[in-house]
Amino acid sequence: MTSSRTSSRSRLASQIIHSALFLLILCAAPLALAKPSPALILKLAAGDNDAKVEALNAIAGSADPEALPLLQALGNDALKVVDGKQVLIVDGDKVTDAVTGATLPALPENAEDVVTNNRVTLALQDAFAALDLTSPDRKTRFEAVKKLQDAPDEAIVPLLDKAQKIEKDPQILDMLRMTQAAAQLHNKDKAVRMAAIETLGTSDDAAMKQLLAGLLDKDGDKFKEPDESVRLAAQNGINAISSRLRRGEWLGSIFTGISLGSILLLAALGLAITYGLMGVINMAHGELIMIGAYATYVTQNVIHAHFPGLIEFYPLFALPVAFLTSGLIGVLMERLVIKHLYGRPLETLLATWGISLILIQTVRTFFGAQNVLVENPQWLSGGIQVMSNLILPWNRLAIILFAALVVIGMTLILTKTRLGLFVRAVTQNRQMASCVGVATPRIDTVAFGLGAGIAGLAGCALSQVTNVGPDLGQGYIVDSFMVVVLGGVGQLSGTIYAALGLGILNKFLEGWAGAVLAKIAVLVFIIVFIQKRPQGLFAIKGRFVDA
Amino acid sequence: MNAAVKEEASGPSTNSSQITGEGSTQSSAVGMGRPTDPSLLDTTHGVILYLESINVSFDGFKAINNLNLTIDRGELRCVIGPNGAGKTTMMDVITGKTRPDNGTAFFGQTIDLTKLSEAEIAHIGIGRKFQKPTVFEQLSVFENLELAMKMDKGVWASLRAKLSGEQRDKIAANLKLIQLEDQAHRPAGLLSHGQKQWLEIGMLLMQEPQLLLLDEPAAGMTDAETERSGELFLSLAGQYTLVVVEHDMEFIKQISSKVTCLHEGSVLAEGTLDQVQNDERVIEVYLGR
Amino acid sequence: MNKTLIERIFGPKAWAALAVFAAITLILVPILNLAVPESSVFHMPTYWVTLIAKIMCYAIVALAMDLVWGYTGILSLGHGIFFALGGYAMGMYLMRAIGHDGNYQSDLPDFMVFLNWKTLPWYWEGTQHFLWALLLVILVPGLLALIFGFFAFRSRIKGVYFSIITQALTFATMLLFFRNETGFGGNNGFTDFKRILGYHITSPITRVVLFVLTAAFLIGFLLLARYIVTSKLGRVLAAIRDAETRVMFSGYNPLPYKLFIWVMSAVICAIAGALFVPQVGIINPSEMSPANSIEIAIWVAVGGRGSLIGPLIGAGLINGVKSWFTMAFPEYWLFFLGLIFVLVTLYLPRGVLGEARALLQKRGERP
Repeated sequence: MTSSRTSSRSRLASQIIHSALFLLILCAAPLALAKPSPALILKLAAGDNDAKVEALNAIAGSADPEALPLLQALGNDALKVVDGKQVLIVDGDKVTDAVTGATLPALPENAEDVVTNNRVTLALQDAFAALDLTSPDRKTRFEAVKKLQDAPDEAIVPLLDKAQKIEKDPQILDMLRMTQAAAQLHNKDKAVRMAAIETLGTSDDAAMKQLLAGLLDKDGDKFKEPDESVRLAAQNGINAISSRLRRGEWLGSIFTGISLGSILLLAALGLAITYGLMGVINMAHGELIMIGAYATYVTQNVIHAHFPGLIEFYPLFALPVAFLTSGLIGVLMERLVIKHLYGRPLETLLATWGISLILIQTVRTFFGAQNVLVENPQWLSGGIQVMSNLILPWNRLAIILFAALVVIGMTLILTKTRLGLFVRAVTQNRQMASCVGVATPRIDTVAFGLGAGIAGLAGCALSQVTNVGPDLGQGYIVDSFMVVVLGGVGQLSGTIYAALGLGILNKFLEGWAGAVLAKIAVLVFIIVFIQKRPQGLFAIKGRFVDA
Repeated sequence: MNAAVKEEASGPSTNSSQITGEGSTQSSAVGMGRPTDPSLLDTTHGVILYLESINVSFDGFKAINNLNLTIDRGELRCVIGPNGAGKTTMMDVITGKTRPDNGTAFFGQTIDLTKLSEAEIAHIGIGRKFQKPTVFEQLSVFENLELAMKMDKGVWASLRAKLSGEQRDKIAANLKLIQLEDQAHRPAGLLSHGQKQWLEIGMLLMQEPQLLLLDEPAAGMTDAETERSGELFLSLAGQYTLVVVEHDMEFIKQISSKVTCLHEGSVLAEGTLDQVQNDERVIEVYLGR
Repeated sequence: MNKTLIERIFGPKAWAALAVFAAITLILVPILNLAVPESSVFHMPTYWVTLIAKIMCYAIVALAMDLVWGYTGILSLGHGIFFALGGYAMGMYLMRAIGHDGNYQSDLPDFMVFLNWKTLPWYWEGTQHFLWALLLVILVPGLLALIFGFFAFRSRIKGVYFSIITQALTFATMLLFFRNETGFGGNNGFTDFKRILGYHITSPITRVVLFVLTAAFLIGFLLLARYIVTSKLGRVLAAIRDAETRVMFSGYNPLPYKLFIWVMSAVICAIAGALFVPQVGIINPSEMSPANSIEIAIWVAVGGRGSLIGPLIGAGLINGVKSWFTMAFPEYWLFFLGLIFVLVTLYLPRGVLGEARALLQKRGERP
C-alpha cells in the first residue's frame, strides 16, 4: 500500500512541476480566465467528498490557472480549514487566505486538515490533467489527455473545447475529440449523443468500444440508453471499432512474425554459411550466439565502468566485439577440430556438440548459471504507437533493420569480394578450386570464422530482446537448423524466405493454438513439406552424382 | 503404339509368349497393377526397350530433348556422345532414378517404367552399372554377390535366408568368371578400381537381368582387362541385352554391332561404328565445328 | 561352410563371456545382495544393484542405437523419445498403482488433483492393468517410429538431415510433455511410485527382481541383435549404409528394411525405458531433451560402432564415469563429456573396442 501511495504522490509532484511551468508561460496566454469563486473554494475545502469532487470537476472544466495553488495545496495536504468558513493555504511558515489572498501571521489553532478520500484524489488528478491540457509541452498534453480518457466527465467538455481550439498536434487533437465524445455519451440531447457515437465509431481503441458497449447495457430490464436508434448507432460503432481492432491485431501478428523471422534469420545466417555452403554441421552454433550475447554484456559493463558517457551507444561498440569474439572461437574450432573431420558430417556433428558443452560450461564457470542483465539503451526502448493496440517496439524494429543489413553485407561479401568468390568456388568444386590455386584450407577457416562471427552478431542482437544466460543458444539451434533445412542447403535467399515464413507462420499459429502447439505444428509442417520437396524451398535440381 | 494387354499379375505365372492381346492404349497398361514379376516381360515384337518422346529438364536446362530410342532383344548397343549429351540421364530415366517430364518408357510391350520405383525396375530385370563403381565396401566380395543374387528380396525372407548349395555354386561360378576367386572373403573396399568394376559386373549378372545398362565399364581397367571385358560382353549378347555407354573407341570397335550417338539430349546418328564416325554432324559435334 | 545358428551368432569365446556375464548378473548379484548379510564384506548394497541396473538399461539403449547407426548408418538424435515414451507408459501404470496413497488420497494421480481435474483423460483408460501398460510400452513408441520413419525414409531423408529432424522431433515432444494440460504431470513428470504388481517398489526383493529382468533383457536383446546382424538382412542393412543406390538397383526396396530396423530399435529403447522407470523412481520430460539423445550417440561412438559389444562397453564406461564424476566434481562433468565427444571423434573413430581390436591385429601380424 505504502509504495503505491508514494508513487502516486510522486506522480502528483511531477504534475505540479508541469503545472508550474505552464503557469509561467500562461501569463502571456490569450485565455481569459476567472479566479475560482469563494463559494467554490469553500465547497472544495469544507464540503463533503461529493461536494469536493463536484468542485474539482468545476475547476477542471474552467481550466483556471489561478486555481493551481489551491489544487497544489490540496495535493500536498497544505490546505487547512477554520470553522468550516475560512480556507487557508500553508506554505512553510507562510499562511495565506485562499479567498482574499491576505497573509496571516500564524496558523490558527483550530485549523483542521482537509480530508480527502480516493475518489477526491482521482478527481484532483483529473483536474491537474485538465490544467495540463494547455501545456506547451507536447508530452505533458499527451499524458494529460490520456489520463482524462479513462473516465471522462461531462464537466470537462468546455475545457476540451478550449483545448481543441489551440491544439495543433493532430494526434492529440484526435484524442481530445475522442475524449470529448466519450464525455458526451450520456448527454441529455439525443443529437449530441449521436454525434458523440459517430465520433467514437471512428476510433481504434478498445476502451472506446467498451464505452459504447456500456450504452447497450441494461439497468434491470430497461436499457441504459433509452433511444433505440442511438443503441443501433452504438452497435454500428462497436462493429466498426472491432474490425479496426482486428486489423490491428492482424498487423501486429505480421509484425511480431517478421521480427521473430528476423531473429531466426540472424540465428540461421551463420549456419547457412557453415552448413549450407561448407557442409559442416555446427551444433555449437547456438553457443556462438550465446557467446556473442555475453560479449555484449561484457562490453556494456566495461563501458559502464570506464566510459559512462558512451553507455547510450554501447550496442554499437558491442557489435564488433561480439563478431570478433565469436569469430575467433569459430576459427579456433575450425583449426583444432573441424578441419580434421571434413567429409564426415556425423562425426562433425558429435564433435561440435562436445564443443558446445564445453562452451556452456565455460560460460557458467565465469559468469554463473544465472541470467545476466543486458539493458536496452534509451533509444531502443519504447516504440511507435501505430494504432491503439499496435505498438512497434524500437528494439524489434532495430533487429529487423539489423537483420536486413547483415543479409546485405553477407551478400556483398559473397558476391563482390575475392573471399566470396573463393568461398563459392570451394563450395562448388573443392578439388578444382584447389587446382587453380585457391588455398582451400585457409578459405575454410575464414568462411567458418565468418559464419561464427555472424552468430556473434546475432547474439548481440538477441541480447536486446531476450534473457541472456548460458542456455541461450540451446533454444535457437533446433529452430535455426529447421530454417536452413526448409530454405534449402546452399541457398541464402531460401534461408531468408524460410526464416520470415516460419516466423510469421509461428506467430499466427501461436495466436490460434498457443506457443507450444504452434511449435509442434511448425515442425510437423516442415516434416510434411520435406516430403514434397526434400531439397528444401529452393531446390537445385540436376543430375545428382551421389552414386 | 501398340501395347499388349496381359492378364492380372496375380494369376499363376504363364509363359509370356502366349498371352498377348492388342488394340489397347498405354493407359490400359497403367491400370493393370504393378507388373513386378520378371516373367511378365513381353518381347514378342523383338524389342525390349522403347523410349518415345522423352523430355527431361533441370531448371530450364533440357538434359533430354525428345529422345526416341528402341533396343532389340539380345542386342549389344553402344551409346556415345560428348559430355552433357544426356547419356547418364537417359540411364536414370530407364532405371527410375529420374522421372521424365513427359514421354513414355516401356520395357517390352507392357511394362511402363515411368510408373515403377528403382527397386521394382531392378527386380523386373534391368541391371545398371554406374560410371563410378559402386560396391558394398564393408562387405566381402562373396557377400556382395550374395546380396545381388536373384531371390526373394523382402525383409522377412532376408532375415530367414540361408544359402542353398545351388546358390553357392552360382556364386562360385560367378567369382570364377570375374576372376576374383581368391579375393572372395576380402572386403570389397580393398579391391583395385578395375576389380571393383568386375565385381559390379558380376553383381549385375547375379541379378540375372534381361537388360544391362553399363556406364563406362572399361574405365580404370588395364588394356588386358578391357579386352577381356569386351569378350565377356560379346559372349553375353544374345542371352542378355546390353547397352554400353563408352568413350573408348577401340573398345567400341571391339564389341559393337550398332552405335547410337547422342547430342544435346537427342539421337544424332545411329548405325555401325563406321557410319556414325563418318557422319558429318557427328564429326562437327566432336570436333566442335 | 554352412554354420549352425549358434556358431553364426557368436564364436566360442564370446559365448563363454556371455555365460559368465549371465552367471554374475542372474545368480551372483542376487545372492550377494539378498543372501549375504549386510555386515559381510561380500554384501552388495542395494544402491549398487540399482546403479548397475540403470547402466544396463542405458546399455540396452546403446545397443538399439547401434543397430540403426552402426549397422544401417542412420544417426538418430531423438532416441530419447522412445526411451521416455516407454518409461511414461510404465509410469502411467505405476501412478495408477499408487491408488489412494497419494498426498491427496484421490483415485486420480496427484498432479491431476492439483490441476483440479475431475476425471482421467481418455488415454489413461485401462492403464491400471499392468498388461495394457506393457502393451502401450511397445505400441506407442513402435507406432510413432513406424509413422515417422515411413514418412522420413519414403522421402529419402538421410544423413544429417535425418539426424536434425529426429532432434527436432524429440525437442517438440519434450515441449509437449512440459505442458501440464498434456496430462503427463508437466515439468515434474511421474514420481513417488509406491508399488508394482502389489510389491513394494523399493523393497530389496523388487529391486533384485527388476535387476535380474534388466540383465535378462540385455542378454536377450544382444542375442536378437546378433541374430539380425549376422543374417542376410544384416548384410542388406550394411549395404544400405555403404551404398543405398546400389541396393536399390540390386532390386531391394530399402524402405521396409530401414523401417524394420528403425522400429525394432525404437521398441528396444522403449522397453529399456520401461525397465528404467520403476528402478529409478522418476520419469520427466527432460529425458526427451536433445542433449540426452545425443549423449546416447556418444556412448556408441566411445565403445565402437558396428560391433554390438562396443556400445555396451561405451554405455557402461561413460555412465560409470558420470556417476562418479557428478558426485566428486559435478561442475566439471560437462567439460569432461564435451572433451570425450571431441577426442573420440578425432582420435578414436573406431571406438575403444575397434581400436583395441586393430591393435591386437597389428600385434598378431608382427611376429
